[in-house]
Amino acid sequence: MTAQAQAVPASRNVLAEILDWVTTVDHKKIGIMYLVVNFSFFIIGGLEALLVRTQLAGSNLKVLDPQTYNEMFTLHGTTMIFLVVVPIWAGFANYFVPLMIGARDMAFPRLNALSFWLLVFGGLVMYSSFLFPGADGRPQLPNAGWTGYPPLSGILYNPGQNIDFWILGLHLLGASSIIGSINFLVTILNMRAPGMKLTEVPMFVWSMLVTSAMVLFATPSLTVAISLLLADRHFGTHFFIVAQGGDPLLWQHLFWFYSHPAVYIMVLPGMGLISEILPVFSRKPLFGYSFIAWSSVAIAVLGFSVWAHHMFQVGSSLAVNAFFATASMIIAVPTGVKIFNWIGTIWGGALDMRAPMLFAIGFISMFIIGGLSGVMLAAVPVNWQVHDTYFVVAHLHYVLFGGSIFAMFAAFYYWLPKITGWQMQRGWGRAHFWLMLIGFNLTFFPMHISGLLGMPRRIYTYASGQGWEIWNLMSTIGAFLIAASVLVFIINFFVSARRKTPAGSNPWGGASLEWATTSPPPAYNFDVIPPVKGRDPLWLLDRERQADGGQRAHA
Amino acid sequence: MKKRFSRPWLIALIFIGLAALAIPMAIALAQSGPTVLCPPNCMVSFDMPSIFQPASYETARIDELNRFILVIAAIIFVLVEGMLFFAVFRFRNRPAEMAVQVHGNTKLEIAWTAAPAIILAVLLGFTFKTMGEVKAVTSENVMHVTAIGHQWFWEFRYPDLKITTANELVVPVNTVIEVSVESVDVEHGFWAPELFGKVDAVPGYTTRVRFTPDTVRADFFGGQCTQFCGTSHAQMRFAVSVRTAGDFQTWAAQFQQPAAPPETLSGGALAGHDLFMAGSSQCVACHAVDGSPAGGQTGPNLTHIASRSFIAGGVLANTSENLAAWIHNAPSFKPGTLMPNFADTFTPDQVADLVAYLNTLK
Repeated sequence: MTAQAQAVPASRNVLAEILDWVTTVDHKKIGIMYLVVNFSFFIIGGLEALLVRTQLAGSNLKVLDPQTYNEMFTLHGTTMIFLVVVPIWAGFANYFVPLMIGARDMAFPRLNALSFWLLVFGGLVMYSSFLFPGADGRPQLPNAGWTGYPPLSGILYNPGQNIDFWILGLHLLGASSIIGSINFLVTILNMRAPGMKLTEVPMFVWSMLVTSAMVLFATPSLTVAISLLLADRHFGTHFFIVAQGGDPLLWQHLFWFYSHPAVYIMVLPGMGLISEILPVFSRKPLFGYSFIAWSSVAIAVLGFSVWAHHMFQVGSSLAVNAFFATASMIIAVPTGVKIFNWIGTIWGGALDMRAPMLFAIGFISMFIIGGLSGVMLAAVPVNWQVHDTYFVVAHLHYVLFGGSIFAMFAAFYYWLPKITGWQMQRGWGRAHFWLMLIGFNLTFFPMHISGLLGMPRRIYTYASGQGWEIWNLMSTIGAFLIAASVLVFIINFFVSARRKTPAGSNPWGGASLEWATTSPPPAYNFDVIPPVKGRDPLWLLDRERQADGGQRAHA
Repeated sequence: MKKRFSRPWLIALIFIGLAALAIPMAIALAQSGPTVLCPPNCMVSFDMPSIFQPASYETARIDELNRFILVIAAIIFVLVEGMLFFAVFRFRNRPAEMAVQVHGNTKLEIAWTAAPAIILAVLLGFTFKTMGEVKAVTSENVMHVTAIGHQWFWEFRYPDLKITTANELVVPVNTVIEVSVESVDVEHGFWAPELFGKVDAVPGYTTRVRFTPDTVRADFFGGQCTQFCGTSHAQMRFAVSVRTAGDFQTWAAQFQQPAAPPETLSGGALAGHDLFMAGSSQCVACHAVDGSPAGGQTGPNLTHIASRSFIAGGVLANTSENLAAWIHNAPSFKPGTLMPNFADTFTPDQVADLVAYLNTLK
């Protein structure tokens, strides 16, 4: 930090630097690369969403033709799920789990790099579909929805190569996920600092442990599903081809057996992060640590028992639907336990309302709404009305955007100072939050209404006079507000990168070990690993020091 | 100290480079493909659907459950969000010493685990009750209909009445209608919000939904495909007409009649008939007109098309003008439709003749 005055060689070797990053196995560099790639795909997925919203701003618009529209919403979903929200937590965890447990790196550094490059190539393979036009000369992209149901995704109804690129991309992304999860499991189980019991790890670490177990058990189901689809499309099998004895429902079971746990994979690390941020910014410990920890396990386990609530309308028996309705309602209990414990954490605290805390509170408030609409969806007869309508689109975005993406931004604001060594600007951060909160609600709340008014999903246009225009226009305006807020964040980043206001090792008064080293940390992470005497190790040390008459480490 | 971000412009470049992939891609995609000719021939609206306006016994039961859950959800929302916001406003920006250093409270944990569990149990009970009511309306008075999903229209058959039609489902009020839902190609979703909860048309399966309409309406209840089924999924709609028993009988008797023989036709209608039946026109390859040689099963049955209010999968009003435009170039309305583009096959006069013939098929 004080090297400014020293003479630097006239031309730094940019090539050597790039090569260093490309071949690195350092968890911090890999983490940074994850974040850059995932955020870039967030922009791409966001642009796809803006195209979709522009086409739907009014009835009978001609902004996009139906083929393009179908490709845009397919890519939006696939990108946001597999290229943004699932891997972003791997990115943050890559950087911070070793730090939080006082380790030098991940258990398998080379495997770590492999995970990252599989992510990059998975994304590139999937989007490279664009380079291979169909028979009519038109560029082709995956277009069967992120859910890819056969027969529509089968060779008969989608004879081009777009679906194949989708499948191959997902193969690579699934491998990236699985390999990463093995790495996290081994690291967290084996490499904790002396004194850090598994029952006392930071909640983000615990969440990554639980999430990694979910990834390990769930992702193979998706790999199987897409492999069977590829075989049907090109190798003469008929798993899903009805005329030869196949069953389209087989795909749905295999797909949702992964994709439902996937939503918890996407949100549980975010919840773990919220459980980190709230105590720090309320200056009191996490309320009900054990209950929050066990609720994560409950959600992970129960998450594997609810998948067919995406299939209430395929004609299953009452008994089957009743089982999945019950499981889906039960899962609301551990979720509620978390929310109440978070409110308990804030209650009686001394709240520091800087950007990480704003986004954490935003997360909780939006997740409450998403959770409530989820309970409505679990009521089977109501589901028969609102399934495949914009009501579901509203629900999923409240939990995945209001939940996971708000948590992602909370993570950025919370941890960027540690990664970069400089502070983000407070004013821009506040502007980002409020613009995003307002834009987000303007976009997605009206979707509850248009869904209840009968508007189905995945339609590229709609007739006038059905009462849908006003809600769609509100959503489109909101979408552009969200885009503006993301721009504010990006500007904040670059302004802060120029100003380089030093952050110091512990700008927030955090309790976990990543704050016990410099910002950014040295390559070896810690000069000396601090003694870990329980949860919130740095606060414990502070208290000891105070008791010894020393100074407070946080104000 | 190493400056990790000494080159923020590099990061900017990566963002912008990757993000910029999307823009030219999208623009190129947006400009390729056929344009849909709307206006003036835009999708007609025939209903303001809402699940809060049930018009059948079954949707009325669902509506009761829905309103109950909505009220509970609203109360929980106000309470929990209220607590959250109260806590934020009450405890923000206080001196750090005031933060109460507590770790938890087991009694509270039990309370806020048990209370939601009880509420959810009540919701679940009501859910099961409604599931039973919607599925098990038993009655002597059951009418069987088969709804068959095609890309992109709904075919309707009344097996007991020996009627085959498309796009419009006509039913008598206060009768239990049991619909068997099937598909000939991909998965579709069968839904009319005011009349019945949706059920998917899964290839290889026959799924079922029952509804007992309780309201006669002069106009239509709207329905739409709800399972993404390809390019023109947005244009796969249908209409339901609920009539009195007497009106239904009249309709059924009419629709059970085959088409009048060509001897009864003259002028443009006769020319249209001959053109329609000619192999080179390709009409009979896909369409059926009962009582004539035309027996194609791919497209909608046209025997009584002149008595239907919508064409092209519930997308266009059934006017001569729309019929002509549709025959002239169907893919311009519905990209991907199996109905060919006849712009280079039929002259405008020929199209007018075809329309004249179709207008006789009442």
